[in-house]
Amino acid sequence: MGLGRYVATRALLVLPTLLGVTLITFTLTYLLPGNPALVKAGPLATPEHIREMERQMGLDRPVPVQYWRYLSGVLRGDFGESATTGRPVLTDFLQRVPATLELTLASMLIAIGVGIPLGVLAAVRRDGPLDHVSRLLGVGGVAMPTFWTGLLAVYVFFYHLGVAPPPLGRLSPGVTAPSALTGLYTVDALLGGSWRALGSALHQLMLPALTLGFSVMAPVTRMVRATMLEILESDYVKAAWAAGLPRRTIVYGDALRNCMIPVITLIGVVFGFLMAGNVVVEIVFAWPGIGNYAVTSLLTKDAAPIQGFVLFVAVVYVLINFTVDVVYGLVDPRIRLR
Amino acid sequence: MSTLASGSAEGVAGRRGRAAVAWRRLSRNSLSLAALAAIVAIIVLALAAPLVAPWDPDAPSAEDVLQAPGWRHWLGTDIYGRDQLSRIVWAARVDLLVALAATAMALTAGCVLGALAGYRGGLVDQAVMRAVDTIMAFPAFILAMGITAAAGNATANVVLAIAITHVPIYTRLIRSEMLRVREMEYAEAARTVGNPQRRIIFYHLLPNCFPPVIVQATLAMGFAILTVAALSFIGLGIQPPQSEWGAMTAEGASYIVSGEWWIFLFPGLAIMVTVLAFNLVGDTLRDLLDPRMRGVV
Repeated sequence: MGLGRYVATRALLVLPTLLGVTLITFTLTYLLPGNPALVKAGPLATPEHIREMERQMGLDRPVPVQYWRYLSGVLRGDFGESATTGRPVLTDFLQRVPATLELTLASMLIAIGVGIPLGVLAAVRRDGPLDHVSRLLGVGGVAMPTFWTGLLAVYVFFYHLGVAPPPLGRLSPGVTAPSALTGLYTVDALLGGSWRALGSALHQLMLPALTLGFSVMAPVTRMVRATMLEILESDYVKAAWAAGLPRRTIVYGDALRNCMIPVITLIGVVFGFLMAGNVVVEIVFAWPGIGNYAVTSLLTKDAAPIQGFVLFVAVVYVLINFTVDVVYGLVDPRIRLR
Repeated sequence: MSTLASGSAEGVAGRRGRAAVAWRRLSRNSLSLAALAAIVAIIVLALAAPLVAPWDPDAPSAEDVLQAPGWRHWLGTDIYGRDQLSRIVWAARVDLLVALAATAMALTAGCVLGALAGYRGGLVDQAVMRAVDTIMAFPAFILAMGITAAAGNATANVVLAIAITHVPIYTRLIRSEMLRVREMEYAEAARTVGNPQRRIIFYHLLPNCFPPVIVQATLAMGFAILTVAALSFIGLGIQPPQSEWGAMTAEGASYIVSGEWWIFLFPGLAIMVTVLAFNLVGDTLRDLLDPRMRGVV
């Protein structure tokens, strides 16, 4: 199969998945107990008022019609309205996405930057000290609840050692945010040359990114180690040994390069873990991202932000997995043949 | 007729043999044995909570407010003077029960769906797999959040939410196993002697699909506990005053800055130990049942 056709086939598969995703979020938003018209009309509404509200919101129409309206709304970027902020959910989202993105990217950098080398080295020096560390991490790290690791980090690094700032958002009080280009404070501060903001942003980012990065690093290390071990025992590596190639060429040339191919698929998995971890880490560190926004609106029984959040994350997740599939097909032509 | 279908009887003997081998290997590995002992201990503690918990888990006590761990309260007390140890022991009931119920529910649904999809193929297979793919399009925790938020914070809804997010794993596992075993000679034999399809699928074939599923279920228990705790931590799961590990950790979060570390620390530790135990046993089981993986992880 040619590359163009491979990408096209994959893209065609994405559409029904996205449709299925909206079907689920629609079900969650509209069909479950709790009449949204009743909520919107308020506790003092008369039955006529509620019926009027139902008519306005289209709740008296057949379900397929309602789904169609929901779907076309979503396509136009209409994720509903937040009762707490009184603004469209999408507007609130766009304002908060950079915070989530900054945290996610920093954590991903830590998880991949440490997790992959650790997994590779653990496999190469099997049963060595580093291997034991990686196994301990792989087993222990995944058992630690992320919110608890975060609180533990706050207790040790903020309360005891005093090297971390209080877990309250993206900048210390008194520091002005850098002029917005990307919305990522660290990048904006770097581009604008505002060193005070950069220092503060990095300082605030440190603990949440380490917490989230740590929680994702465990599965990354584990998978990389397993993949590398499998490759080191494969026939072509044995053949390379038999041919008398130097160890360095075999391990860090052939084996490592081939190990990186399945690792690409990890990105999708890692992102799934990161999105789940994001929510609790944003709560622990009062990080003003979309996860925090979704959860805090729940306290006021505001359903639109959380359902918008679920839909948003799922769509991003599907698109990332699609991209990973395409990249995988690019670097490994065998995949395209399946 | 029943003599010809005795493939299943042989299957039973095979499984017993495998269980014996598994037990022998398990008992030789001290770490796995410790993990198994930990699971048993936690279950016993949870069951015996009314007998072993030294204090009433819900009774506030003005004179015991925010006591550090000590002789009177081994793990300290919270802002209402409630005994942490007693609350953690009682909470084990909630966390284990929710995780167990969710796993059992997902396992049952996954077995039925996966077996039908794998054995029947065709349209049934297509329909089941598309539904499963759609659920997997969501990161599991995010979907569980959405379901609990929509359905309301009842314990039953938390169970349902976790079960739904776990169904795809079992469905896919059982389906792929079913594709393998349906071509086996004993399946052919069972068909030849005229067994009804339902009996072939659920009596003759399904039990032979179980080994990888048991491993998955053990690992999924750990994941389910983490999910219940995280949902409760963000205020979506089990509601106070019901004691639950994640919710207790959340209550302790506000006292870190004033140095009362025991409130958040111990419930989290309970989660970690329990999840760790399930993961270790699951890993060992996988090594035993899937020899290719032995020593790799």
